[in-house]
Amino acid sequence: MLVLLGILVVVAGFVARINPLLVILAAAIVTGVCAAIAPGIGFIGLFQAGVATLAAFGDAFNDNRYFHVVWLILPIIGLLERAGLQERARMSIAKVKAASAGRLLLAYLILRQITSALGLTSLGGHPQMVRPLVAPMAEGAAEIEAGGNLPDPVRHRIRGMAAATDNIGLFFGEDIFIAIGSIILMVGFLEQAGIIVEPLQLSVWAIPTALAAFLIHGARLLMFDRSIRKAISDARPAIEQETGQ
Amino acid sequence: MITLDQVYILVGLMFLAFAILTLRDAAHPTRIHSALFWGLLAGSMLFGSYLGGLGNGLLVVALVALGGLSKLGVGKPQTTTTEERREGAARRGDWLFLPALIVPVVAVGGTLAAKHTEWGAALFSSTQTTLIALALGCLIALGAAVAWLRPPATAPLHEGRRLIDSIGWAVLLPQMLAALGAIFLASNVGGVVGEVVTQAVPMSSPLIAVLAYCIGMALFTVIMGNAFAAFPVMTAAIGLPFVVGQFGGDPAIVCAIGMLAGFCGTLLTPMAANFNVVPANLLELPDRNAAFNGVIRAQAPTALILLLVNIALMYALAFRF
Repeated sequence: MLVLLGILVVVAGFVARINPLLVILAAAIVTGVCAAIAPGIGFIGLFQAGVATLAAFGDAFNDNRYFHVVWLILPIIGLLERAGLQERARMSIAKVKAASAGRLLLAYLILRQITSALGLTSLGGHPQMVRPLVAPMAEGAAEIEAGGNLPDPVRHRIRGMAAATDNIGLFFGEDIFIAIGSIILMVGFLEQAGIIVEPLQLSVWAIPTALAAFLIHGARLLMFDRSIRKAISDARPAIEQETGQ
Repeated sequence: MITLDQVYILVGLMFLAFAILTLRDAAHPTRIHSALFWGLLAGSMLFGSYLGGLGNGLLVVALVALGGLSKLGVGKPQTTTTEERREGAARRGDWLFLPALIVPVVAVGGTLAAKHTEWGAALFSSTQTTLIALALGCLIALGAAVAWLRPPATAPLHEGRRLIDSIGWAVLLPQMLAALGAIFLASNVGGVVGEVVTQAVPMSSPLIAVLAYCIGMALFTVIMGNAFAAFPVMTAAIGLPFVVGQFGGDPAIVCAIGMLAGFCGTLLTPMAANFNVVPANLLELPDRNAAFNGVIRAQAPTALILLLVNIALMYALAFRF
């Protein structure tokens, strides 16, 4: 029971708005020390358990360095931004007459779900696609429709929705592909439990949820256009008043 | 053959360059502090395998102290003005997209080549092939862009520093959560959670078991920031013994939909930093430090409805096939 204190530390740290890095390290040490608590263990024993946990944490941290490989994309994205990539994304979308923020994101949702379902998850992502291309394009489409600059809250809502659409398209597309991490994890887990399933048996059952995700988020994106149009027209009289027009 | 270790060296050198450039940037708001943070991360990438468990543990303590106790500032290296960018965008046209597309094309192409061709298998190590191909794609794209745009020599690194500063301490979060997951696993936290849940919720009908499993997956994912960490815990505790064992659900359907219920939790939690916090930082949302930032709020309605759909789907399908 005591090892659950680690989870409690995570929840309490989150509620108290303490920096998650501190909370996670504290939770790990608390869990390791609590797991060592037994009748007759002294302070020195607990201290040794804490040090051993820190060493185990260090090993696991080192084993998981691969998360940082994706940052290699930052210099090239930054360099292209320096040359006008975001501005170009806005200009290109301005040429498409029927574009709106919601419809553009709907098209991206379809593309992201289908490519993820084919295993091409690295075609999207926040540093690669959302910041340099998808978000500026969605903002650009909304600017054309609004006939000028967007109020800041609207601009930020569009950016949030662009990131959300990338995540949702990825999560509810990738599990249809048979060689993705989560499917491999499930096959291995079930095998250990003595149940043999083929990856394909798992991935077909991701399809109903994928369709539901498309319908739900797609409908929200179409409603999103109406909502930002209203937010823009609500904000306009205020701006006009301020400038005395 | 290119291996993951060589890619780590490349990443380490990039972080080292960020650290040195930060140190030399007199206008940086937290110059020494940030340089130390990126420098230590460079040390982890370059020498982590030689430090041993405790050495890495102490390195983590230092990184967490630097990144967690006080704010890392955002440097403003010399870059182009908005007007220069507009002019560049108009002059260079849609060609600007091309280098950005080289990266995913090489990543996907390299992964496929490693699997299906001899030269691909000889070029890429078979572990983490996609990441290795991604790194190669970044180098090729950068080479092409530098040859074409002819920026000042240090411009790519200064631009990279500008972006990594905007992400800040969140770069460490996924790695930290994975390490926490390893500690939880070693301490059998999963087994204990399972005991507690089954004592608290009487599994008297298939619907209750499905509800407990799906909601448990989503909630534990919210805490751990990752459905992969929640899956073994919840499936061993509720999914297999009750939904499958006691009520006869199909294991493939139960697991597949259970994992997707966990993904709904991922959409709701700031712990899932790479999906929910990093984009908020990259997109410079004003509420990026709030618990429920603009990205999570945009996702929440879809996630909650979809969680209900997953529960309904599992209940409707698992006991029928």
